[in-house]
Amino acid sequence: MSSLKGKPDEDIKIGVYVCHCGHNIASTVNVEEVAQHAKGLENVSVARDYLYMCSSKGQNLIRQDIMQLGINRVVVAACSPRLYEQTFQNVLRESGLNPYLLQIANIREQCAWCHEHGPLATEKANRLVSGAIKRVIHHSSIEEQTVPIFPATLVIGGGIAGIQAALEIANSQQIVYLVEREPSIGGHMAQFDKTFPTLDCSACILTPKMNEVARSPYIRLMTYSEVVDVSGYVGNFTVKVRRKARYIDEDKCVGCGICIEKCPWSTDSEFDADLGLRKAVYTPFPQAIPNIPVIDRERCVYFLKGKCKACEKFCEAQAVNFQQEDLYIDLQVGAIIVATGYDVFDPTPISQYGYGNLPNVFTSLEFERLCSPSGPTAGQLKLADGREPKSLAVVHCVGSRDQNFNAYCSRVCCMHSLKYSHLFKEKTGGEVYQIYIDMRCAGKAYEEFYERVQGEHVNFIRGKLASITPDMSDSVDEEKLVLTCEDTLLGNIINVTVDMVVLGVALKPRSDSEKVAQILRLGRSRDGFFMERHPKLDPVATMSEGIFIVGCCQGPKDIPDTVAQASAAAARALAMVVRGKMDTGAITASIDENICSACKVCSALCPYGAIFFDETSNVSRVNRILCKGCNVCGAACPSGAISTRNFSETQILAEIEGVLV
Amino acid sequence: MAKLKLALYWAASCGGCEIAQLMIGGKILKLAEAADIVFWPVAIDAKYADVEDMPDKSIDVCLFNGAIRNSEQEHMVIMLREKSKIFIAYGACACRGGIPGLGNLHNRQQIFDTVYRETASTDKNGNVFPQPNYQVPEGDLDIPVFYDTVSTLNQVVEVDYYIPGCPPEEKTTWLALEALIQGKLPPKGTVISHNVKAVCDECARKRDVKKIKKIYRSYEFIPDPEVCLLEQGLLCVGIATRGGCGALCPQVNMPCTGCYGSVEGVIDQGAHFLSAVASVIDSKDEDEIHAILKNFYDPAGTCYRYSLPDSLVRRAAIK
Repeated sequence: MSSLKGKPDEDIKIGVYVCHCGHNIASTVNVEEVAQHAKGLENVSVARDYLYMCSSKGQNLIRQDIMQLGINRVVVAACSPRLYEQTFQNVLRESGLNPYLLQIANIREQCAWCHEHGPLATEKANRLVSGAIKRVIHHSSIEEQTVPIFPATLVIGGGIAGIQAALEIANSQQIVYLVEREPSIGGHMAQFDKTFPTLDCSACILTPKMNEVARSPYIRLMTYSEVVDVSGYVGNFTVKVRRKARYIDEDKCVGCGICIEKCPWSTDSEFDADLGLRKAVYTPFPQAIPNIPVIDRERCVYFLKGKCKACEKFCEAQAVNFQQEDLYIDLQVGAIIVATGYDVFDPTPISQYGYGNLPNVFTSLEFERLCSPSGPTAGQLKLADGREPKSLAVVHCVGSRDQNFNAYCSRVCCMHSLKYSHLFKEKTGGEVYQIYIDMRCAGKAYEEFYERVQGEHVNFIRGKLASITPDMSDSVDEEKLVLTCEDTLLGNIINVTVDMVVLGVALKPRSDSEKVAQILRLGRSRDGFFMERHPKLDPVATMSEGIFIVGCCQGPKDIPDTVAQASAAAARALAMVVRGKMDTGAITASIDENICSACKVCSALCPYGAIFFDETSNVSRVNRILCKGCNVCGAACPSGAISTRNFSETQILAEIEGVLV
Repeated sequence: MAKLKLALYWAASCGGCEIAQLMIGGKILKLAEAADIVFWPVAIDAKYADVEDMPDKSIDVCLFNGAIRNSEQEHMVIMLREKSKIFIAYGACACRGGIPGLGNLHNRQQIFDTVYRETASTDKNGNVFPQPNYQVPEGDLDIPVFYDTVSTLNQVVEVDYYIPGCPPEEKTTWLALEALIQGKLPPKGTVISHNVKAVCDECARKRDVKKIKKIYRSYEFIPDPEVCLLEQGLLCVGIATRGGCGALCPQVNMPCTGCYGSVEGVIDQGAHFLSAVASVIDSKDEDEIHAILKNFYDPAGTCYRYSLPDSLVRRAAIK
């Protein structure tokens, strides 16, 4: 039998402290009676009630009793342990007691707040306290642990989120690996023309940061690379990175661009949302970092047909190397920041909007590229037939706030739609219609931008778009589009005829986010975005210790929020790296190897990958650093070999007995 | 050294335990050298009164098999406990209730209805139920009172040692007898068996990761003899059952049914098994989980085949 199971030999002296919580508890529960009740129970040396146990005076009561009366177990009957357990643990720690010799009886949320005043509420509080007293007898000291943190951080994804996080860490003179799967960093932000609400040129504010990444001696930049495996745990992750073959030697290439110029083969440019062309050897955009092209094996004629090599012939630096192969390298890091961004919603399934069939229906990302001076039309707005459009309709919430696709609001579409109105007016002076469900302009200077655009004679139609059809009427000879929608403010079905339509498409989790979640052992929320540890109080941490999520991989958000999150995560990673060690939870599972029969029921259950099988001893073991103490394994273990510290069967049964008897 | 005085008795059991006791074979001679059998109704003629006349603690060791389900058994277990220095629960029924313990899923009335009225071979017009007491011209006739609830021995009297199994394996029986003969007894309360770990510890089958997509019953297919039966979808209770038997059933391609009881320190064998199975059902979809569990026939009989009276719930609540 393990030591947890037996009743300890020492002389148990329990102090019980019942909190009034002002009126929160005392107005429902007779707290004096609860303290009296506790006094009469076995092993209880002292029982007190006090107005606010969490106040320094309240804490002092406990401290004094530990010092003067030799109290060696403490029960606090107050609010949820989620709120003040740590506070009271510190009181024990400071008084020389192991902090785990404490038990909280939650008589606020689980009693006072859910019952009316009366003897039954007090009776329930008495029973909860009795349970805590019976339980705390079986508490034992638990050793806390710290883990060393390897002083390097991995940032996955080189969009604005990853760039910001990497720069923050590098500015503290700590090593950071920045891994980006595209040939250049920059992400979606590099594709945008202007940013709302200030109308800054996106490239103008992003490029300096990208250059800073390239310059920083603390950033190890790996583009055209992907994280394929992560093992280890907080403080000591081993990360396998696949560096895809560029077929251009990064050390030799000088970035002259002659290879691109001479390459005879073109294909659709992903960066231009397939509206423009790029060469088979290419950099995605002129300001690419690093300014080193890649050869697209799928499009390169040499790879497809065995001859050409035009690039190789013209490259004076002799940087082209068709023999290059993918490289796999292992990195050691202490913390990981995930900034993998988002995909845009493909509106093709909404067939009534005609995307893909009607050439003048564009997505928001396509419109960004059309507006951009570095885009396929050099910033000139053009229809499919080359005409300049004279009217534009911007449709909100395409694939967002739609039960058929994504229930959530994508948060950025209202604002970029307003931006499009402004840009269209600026470039063409034409008519603009906004078809929206609700205008959501929450953000600094956002509402003001909305007002500004309203002043620019934009037509706002409140309603959901039903369909987009080609204009078949005889009166027009140019190709026009008719939008049918309900104007809910007029209460009418109306038709709007325009030259061009932009669909404000939803921001979606990356198509491979499930795979990434598996590699990093991250949870995902119902909508598929990565799950934060706490939606309000811990929005960048995850349930995997040492792994943080920032930007749109956590949920749709705009650039300011993304940058703020990135800095926050960098601060969190730095806090670990700079200190060089980290405290991890003491409440962890342990496996009694004298009982474990190697049945392997627990093997696949741990959500944190903390259980491993020790082939030499033929027993399962728990990695205490990874373990979060959820006790999924303990509940499953058919031999009772697994027990979570402070949640042993003896403790739980003792508590139940105390509550029932 | 004076010879040990040994008593053996049976209560709610099938008689298999007596056979198991004889299975020690030639070693019975060693037993005879060391012990005199003073009471053993299956083999030696004796009357209750003979036992009643013995002074308290005059029997050195009593091996008692079977659970307690009527007043006569209760009377005997109390009496034999008083007469014995060392009192041992022998076999699954005595230790944990055993197969008769499944009677706790019903009450006396339901059992009587089935046995004396509803079975096909019963005379339906008779409506004859056993009465504890019946008056005939010759006087009063008594038979034992049948209880609603089957009890384990330690729910009725203090038990010193437990010998598990249905029935206990020969080597388990001899392990206990040898300890008795040599006077090298383990601490009181010990379950005497060659292993404190689960059956898996003795099972040679290969184990990988337990994920059950479909539950099978034994007759449905011939399992791979190399691979863990549970991983093949057979509800092998070995994971939650104390070893010591040598994993006999899995050796012949049959799932363990749990007769050696729970592993050392475990309070409720069936709950632990059920919880383990629930943990390895390989689906996150509620409908699919229900579909998989539809093949889990007779959960009570599978999880608690030998231990219902010993479980936390002990018996079904019947209004």
